[in-house]
Amino acid sequence: MIQTLAFYLFAILVILSGALTISSRNPVHSVLWLILAFFNGAGLMLLCGAEFIAMLLVIVYVGAVAVLFLFVVMMLDIDFAEMRAGFVKYLWPGLALAIALAIEIFIAVGAWSVGGVQLARRAAPTPDTIPNIQAIGMLLYSRYLFIFEGAGLVLLVAMIGAIVLTHRARAGVKVQNISRQNARRPQDATRNVNQPVGQGVEL
Amino acid sequence: MIGLVHYLVVAAILFTMGVLGIFMNRKNIIVILMAIELILLAVNLNFVAFSAYLHDLVGQVFAMFVLTVAAGEAAIGLAILVIYFRGRGTIAVDDVNRMKG
Repeated sequence: MIQTLAFYLFAILVILSGALTISSRNPVHSVLWLILAFFNGAGLMLLCGAEFIAMLLVIVYVGAVAVLFLFVVMMLDIDFAEMRAGFVKYLWPGLALAIALAIEIFIAVGAWSVGGVQLARRAAPTPDTIPNIQAIGMLLYSRYLFIFEGAGLVLLVAMIGAIVLTHRARAGVKVQNISRQNARRPQDATRNVNQPVGQGVEL
Repeated sequence: MIGLVHYLVVAAILFTMGVLGIFMNRKNIIVILMAIELILLAVNLNFVAFSAYLHDLVGQVFAMFVLTVAAGEAAIGLAILVIYFRGRGTIAVDDVNRMKG
């Protein structure tokens, strides 16, 4: 009973906050609604027993991605009123397409049946005796180890890519070039001259 | 326990809402990125729901990888957005033709 109640609460809130995310006038509000949507999505995942993914969703999305969005929205000086210009123009075609897509998905869900799935051939049946996070950890660090490291590599590439993209070399800023400093030898930097008396020094 | 179809319906509505968000906010690339995050949330919900109902952990592992890729995508997308704004002073995506060459 309480599960059903919680499910409907989370489901209604996730859909409501999703709708407000895409229709908010101010992108800052959009980000905040997105955060609420992720919290409720995490709640939905908690309800069906995926505690680790739910907590990961809160940590990664609310803690990192949403804050990143918030930073960018507030950092860029954008005229948001102008951004709304095509909102109504694209609303009806978009709505028609979205409804068609929703109907297609519902038909697909209706056609799906659990009878066709061979439960004996599951890749990793959930163990009943150990908690969710332990089971995922044992699977992740054994069978999916290389894919897991590949995911880490994806994150590394994303990080380096973001830094390379947004980094700019400003003109007129003096920075230390350590390799040039180390490569500098005394014979290149100094000059030994026998200066005649009474003549000026050539600099 | 709540039926699987309930989860699928919620995820389907969320997914279409993300698609609708891409269409409605054609000019505002920040909200388009947020709509993509909504779509990925819907996909993750599907993965986790199927994983829970088939008692198969692979769905949750895959949802984690989707989460990884989504985080990378958001970081790269926002970086591109920042340099685009720096170059043009606007983020309207209607006339992105700088890459025409």
